[in-house]
Amino acid sequence: MQREILRVGCAAGFSGDRTDAAGPVVDALIAAGGPAVLIFETLAERTLALAQLARRANPDGGYEPLLDELLRPVLARCLASGVRIVSNFGAANPAGAARRIAALCGELGLRVPRIAVVHGDDLSGARHRALLDAAIGPAVDALKVVSANAYIGAEAIADALSAGAEIVVCGRVADPSLTVGPALAHFGWARDDWDRLARATMAGHLLECGAQVSGGYYADPGYKDVPGLARLGYPIAEIDADGHCVITKPAGSGGRIDAHTVKEQLLYEVHDPRAYLTPDVVADISEATVTELGPDRVRLAGVRGHARPAELKVNVCHESGWLAEGEISYAGARAEARARLAADVLRERLQGLGPLRVDLIGVTSVLADDAGRWLAQRAPGEARDVRLRVALNHTDRAAAERLAREVTALYTCGPAGGGGVRTSVRPRLGTVSCTVPRQQVPTGHNIVAFA
Amino acid sequence: MTTTFEVPLHRAAHGRTGDKGNRSNISVIAWDPRLWDSLVAQVTEEAVMRQFAHRRPSRVTRHLLPRLHAMNFVLDEVLDGGVNDALNLDSHGKALSFLLLDLPITIPSALADCLAGS
Repeated sequence: MQREILRVGCAAGFSGDRTDAAGPVVDALIAAGGPAVLIFETLAERTLALAQLARRANPDGGYEPLLDELLRPVLARCLASGVRIVSNFGAANPAGAARRIAALCGELGLRVPRIAVVHGDDLSGARHRALLDAAIGPAVDALKVVSANAYIGAEAIADALSAGAEIVVCGRVADPSLTVGPALAHFGWARDDWDRLARATMAGHLLECGAQVSGGYYADPGYKDVPGLARLGYPIAEIDADGHCVITKPAGSGGRIDAHTVKEQLLYEVHDPRAYLTPDVVADISEATVTELGPDRVRLAGVRGHARPAELKVNVCHESGWLAEGEISYAGARAEARARLAADVLRERLQGLGPLRVDLIGVTSVLADDAGRWLAQRAPGEARDVRLRVALNHTDRAAAERLAREVTALYTCGPAGGGGVRTSVRPRLGTVSCTVPRQQVPTGHNIVAFA
Repeated sequence: MTTTFEVPLHRAAHGRTGDKGNRSNISVIAWDPRLWDSLVAQVTEEAVMRQFAHRRPSRVTRHLLPRLHAMNFVLDEVLDGGVNDALNLDSHGKALSFLLLDLPITIPSALADCLAGS
């Protein structure tokens, strides 16, 4: 069995992350020497639906819109130094992303690398409808389905790397599988070695949100101070042959990795710590430990694993109507009273259109509930800089647009001194989740041939 | 007699919110292991249910991770539908950890030096 440590660096935690993150990570991986993989995690729960809509508009599109910006700064160094790249940036069109990467290599004067495309996650085609019918029921037929994807696991990634792929392009794989796949391929673990798979899964979990483990999304002045937040170092996991890991970041970069930043990310989006479900394994972190080994070096241990679930999670995204929002500002004496009066006007004008959410930004907004119970409990105050925001959902676009018009009309018909109206009416996507038997979702990879 | 004093939870612990659909999870991580017993005794499912009463969670579940001096709360149906349906600017409920961290708790005076901030 391969014993040498595997380094996995993560240079994106969502679609829209900083595109200058990868350079220092790749430099650190190369400086450390030894086997290394760079991952980009770019798919949130609904990113794929947006990508499917983009592909409808342009059959060559539908992959990560920032693909060029993410790869261009590091592609040459990765290929020259043997740092392999694994990502779900293929989104709704992994083959299209692979073609674009090959073209980018040409533009940069690089040889075309061995690129693998992972398939099996996309269940949006007509031939998968019976599977979704069985999992969701006839209700699925009433939905305007935009995307349907299974969260597939690490095996196809591992197989692609073992077949010599230098870049592996995926669509909807489970986020931690981007790390588990390279570890499986490198160490040659048995695919039912649940403890090791669980440890690598939690290493991947710590990496998958990028800088969220290295000081991003953590800073709170006076309580949780983070140096260099504007130049955060993205994380690197040093994974050993038993799957245990040390989380660190490039030397000289901003940010912070300590026991507290690691604990916050370890529990992020976890429900039962004894059963963190992924396609690869059920991970148990209830006895996990984190140990500070030195500055910006934390070891995760104590993770155990149990047999993987028999079913795969599937997210079906569908068109669900329209979100209408409108805002207007009031400032100076009695600003809050004027904003509250404007809200009353809108409630009366829009009566019958559906539940209307009202926020007084500068008084209370995000902690409140849609039904307005929280706001109703607060006595009117003397706030002097208040932005009124109203929002509603409607299945009909024209109805939703009435909100935008009524907010705009406050310019001449509302309380004194209202300004800065902004309105928007945007389509909404709904999600239905289900599970399907994993044998119904065959997965694999193709090494892409370029003419 | 043990003297005590009241502080907001954010002086004794930190945390982060995650979301899946209409379900929120919020971690509560002790700043110092010596604060753990006070947190376990006071930051209960019932206390969190009260703190989020206006959001009408259908269930609050607490998971303890004593080796990390951390706990994980799972709040069901607390996001007005979450990113799919909520009208909230923060449809993920990202800010909700700071609502939980406003919970008042009582700390023995002898542990004052374990607290963060001032």
